[in-house]
Parts: sequence; structure tokens; C-alpha cells
Amino acid sequence: MSDNSDAAIPAQRGTGNVPEYTVSELSSAVKRTIEGSFGWVRVRGEISRPSVPASGHCYLRLKDDAAVLDAVIWRGVLARLGIRPEEGLEVIVTGRMTTYPGKSTYQLVIERMELAGEGALLKMIEERRKRLAAEGLFDEARKKKIPFLPDVIGVITSPTGAVIRDILHRLAERFPRRVLIWPVAVQGEGAADQVAAAIDGFNALPRAGKVPRPDLLIVARGGGSLEDLMPFNEEIVVRAAAASAIPLISAVGHETDTTLIDYAADLRAPTPTAAAERAVPVRADLIADVSRDGARLVAGLTRLVSERRTQVAGLARGLGDPRRLVEECRQRLDVSGERLSLGLGNWLKARRASIEMLGRTLPHPRERLARAREAAAGLAARLAATAQAQRHGVARGRERGAELIARLQAAAARSVVERRQRLAAVAGLLESVAPTKVLERGYVLVRDAAGHVLTGAGAAQAAVHLALQFHDGTVGATVTGAAAPPPSTPATPKRPAKRDGTSQGSLL
Amino acid sequence: MSDEIPADIAKLSFEDALKQLEDIVRTLEAGKGKLDDSIAAYERGSALRRHCERKLAEAEARIEKIALSADGGVRSEPAGLS
Repeated sequence: MSDNSDAAIPAQRGTGNVPEYTVSELSSAVKRTIEGSFGWVRVRGEISRPSVPASGHCYLRLKDDAAVLDAVIWRGVLARLGIRPEEGLEVIVTGRMTTYPGKSTYQLVIERMELAGEGALLKMIEERRKRLAAEGLFDEARKKKIPFLPDVIGVITSPTGAVIRDILHRLAERFPRRVLIWPVAVQGEGAADQVAAAIDGFNALPRAGKVPRPDLLIVARGGGSLEDLMPFNEEIVVRAAAASAIPLISAVGHETDTTLIDYAADLRAPTPTAAAERAVPVRADLIADVSRDGARLVAGLTRLVSERRTQVAGLARGLGDPRRLVEECRQRLDVSGERLSLGLGNWLKARRASIEMLGRTLPHPRERLARAREAAAGLAARLAATAQAQRHGVARGRERGAELIARLQAAAARSVVERRQRLAAVAGLLESVAPTKVLERGYVLVRDAAGHVLTGAGAAQAAVHLALQFHDGTVGATVTGAAAPPPSTPATPKRPAKRDGTSQGSLL
Repeated sequence: MSDEIPADIAKLSFEDALKQLEDIVRTLEAGKGKLDDSIAAYERGSALRRHCERKLAEAEARIEKIALSADGGVRSEPAGLS
């Protein structure tokens, strides 16, 4: 028997039959009792205040509305738990009770943990999704382009089962590629860690190592229950997928299943087969494309060269025969040369002719002298003639003066006679119209006392005293009233003038 | 013309090589550019085509499985899959 069993039986010390324990003895007894009675229990509760210190163990509390139970998950267990303990998570845990005598506490050592009900599971997944999304893990900007034709494809999945066969089959059909399979457990405890480690492992491969680094990763799993797919909802997997430098396609479950790795993947394929289709193009199509491009390449260059050839031929025609070109030049040179020699002769001839002509027009000084002398003589003669003419002019002027005087005198004489005659005629005419002549014929000129001539009866009546002038004298008279009308109206004084035989024309 | 593929082309991915080939074809078909350049482009196009064909001919399904050794090293071995 060990010391321990001895200590379990307390010694009889002191009084009475109440056994006396040491603290250690009682603590051990309690420990034995608790561990013996609750060596394997299932507890349902809500996780409260979980924490993982540097030791790697997880300390947490399980609680319900009335009680609290301390619990611990040792590091090794935590890694294969499948669920990360989170605040408020409703779980059913399996484990054993133990005490910690040094602190007088008891706690539950958790071996397994499952979520209490699907609703709780979905709620947890959704909350995790929101939390990771808030971190930016699912941002579009993080998504990498899936390569068009990867050389090496890394597939992370179970090495057995339909999924890997479907993928390999579809790859072979479209475009056989080098495939590296990283075998992992895809469900159950430890699956999440394996998947995350595989993603990290592929990324850690050196570019030029013995094992080729894939250009593309496919993380695949067939359909299953929500619990089966849980590893692909685990944060460690989601983070590994988001951090992968190699483009990653996720293909987990059926088309209707969405796990959190789908949000972090660069591309989500609805099924593993679809993932293979998105991973490689169809080889036959590419062969057709390349061969068509090759044909177009040849045709393109052929046409280009033939077009250039046609162009060159056309331009060559435009260039003409070089010999003819030279001949033409030579001909032009000959013509110019000929014209040059001819031209000089012609030029000289023309100059000589013009000089001769100028020479002919240039008079000799003697000639000019003679001409000047002639001109001088002419001028002298004209001067003499002019003097002569002037002498003639004086004589003629004198004659003309005498003649003009004679004519003036004649004209003056004629003018006096004419004027005298006309005067006589006018005088005669005047005589014929003189008033005194009318008075001789019995007319009287009536004046008032002031001497004004009165020409009407009214004026005469107004004047009272009148002077009547007869041809031979004037008598006074007094107006007595209107007289009896005379026997006939005498003619106006002008009429007798008209009747008299003198010329009317000269009077008017 | 040699069958050697220039190093810069050999480094290209199939997609990039195909894209370059298509660009060259389009340029040549447009009938523009200098004749020397066109011939150089044709030669490059031919090399790109050979590279593409080689990439397509390389299609070979090689299925391997990753095996982790005790010291954490990674190696691959033929996968025993059909």
C-alpha cells in the first residue's frame, strides 16, 4: 500500500469518535470522491470568459442561470477539438471532474466539445463570418486571379473517396496537369488543423524545390451535414485560405452549402468537379486556337510581304529606266552646251550691232560745230528779219492811226446828223401830244385853289373854288352843284393824239 | 529559322504567350509597320506558337501525393490512385 492510501484513513487523535483530518488528507479525500464519482460526465452550458494564456491551455467557465463551473481544456485537446471556445457559445462538453487542492477549487477537464443544437451552430458561424468580414478577410481586393493554365495544381482533400476521383477525372478530360494531393481528414476532430496546415504547407514550398510549388490550390470536400462541414468553418482554415499566396478555389459540400472558407477563397466552386473545370481550360480548344493563330500569323506575314512586293513593283515602274534617264540628261546637256556656244556668239553680235548703231547716231564735233554755226546764222537772220518787221510795223501803225482818226471823225459827224434828225422827229411828236394842243380843241384843265388837277366831278364839288385853264389863259370858277349832263361824252385826251398823223412807233 | 524558343518566351505562361501571339497576329494582319519589324514580329510569333504548342503537348497527368517526413520535411510520392 502506498503512503497515499495510508493518508486516506485518518488517525484517531484527540477526543470523541469524530475523525480528525489534516487539510491535505481532507483535500485528497474530496479529490478521490469527486474524481471517482464524476470521472466521465456530459455537461451542457454556456461558455463564459474563455482565455488561452501562453501555456496554450484554455481556461473557461461553463454557466447556466444559477451556477458556474470552472473548466479547462489542455493544449493537446484544444487542438483537436473542432470547436474554438467562444464567449456565449452553448455547448455540450464531455470530461472529468477534478480538484485543485492547492486552491481549494474543483474544475471540469474537458475532453470533447460539441455545439448544442444546429441553430446555435449556425448562429456561431454567422457571428464568426461577421467578425472575420469586419477584419477584411473576405474583401474583394484580396482576391487573386485564378491562373489561366496552371502547371501544377495542389489539391487538399481526402485521398480516398469520390471527390479526388471526380477532380482528377475532370482535369484529365480537359487538360491533364501535374497534381499534388495533400491528404487531409475532411471531417471530425483535427480536420481543420490539417486543412490549414496543408494550405500553409503548399504556400511554404520553395519555388524551385524538389516538390514543385503549385500555381493553384483546390480545397475540396464532398457533401455532408453541417457538423461534417464544420472544419471548413473554422477560423484557422478561413485564415489560412485568406492568407494563401497561391490562388485558391474552394469546393466544399454541395452547391447549396456555403462554408466560411468559400468567403475567403479566391473563387468558390459549387462542386469539386466544377473546381476542376475552373482550374484548367479545355486543351483541344487551345490547340485549335493556337493552330488558328499560327495560320493567321503565316497568312498575315505572307500578305504583308506580297503587299510590299506589289508596292515595290509599282514604285519601280514609277522610277523608270535609268539608262533613259541618263540619255535624257545627256541630251539636255548637249542642247544646253550648244545653246551656250551659240549664245555667246549671238550675244557678241548683238552687242556689236548696238554699238555700231550708237556710233552712227553719235555726230562728229565738226558737224556739231557746223550745225551750231548754222543755227547761229539762222538766229541772226531771224533777228534781222524781226527788226525789219518791227520797222514795218511802226509805219503801218502810223498809217492805221490816221485812218482810224478819219473814220472817227466821219463817224462823229454822221452821229451828230443822225441825232439831230431823231431829235426833230421826237420834238414833233412831243408837240403833237402837248396838253395845250388839246385845250385848243375846247378842253379845259380844272384845278383847285392849290393848283392840283381835278379829274372828277366829286373832287370838283368838294373844291368849291376852281381854276379853269384854257389854251389861252386861266379863269376862276365856283361850283354851284351838279350840272345837267352834257350832250355827249367827250373823247379821252389820248384819242385825238392817236388821230393825229404823227408816227406812233417813235412815241412808244 | 531555328526551333529554339528564346528564353524570355520560354518563361511566359501559356496565357501570356497566347495573348502575345494574338497581338502579333492582329498587328501583322493590319499590314502596318516596317517590314523588318514585321519579320521580327513573325519570328517572335512563330516562337510563341511553338511555346504554346509545347505547353499544350506537355499535358501529362502526373498525380503525386504529399508525404510528410518525421522532421517536418515535405516530399512527394506517386499517388496510388487510378
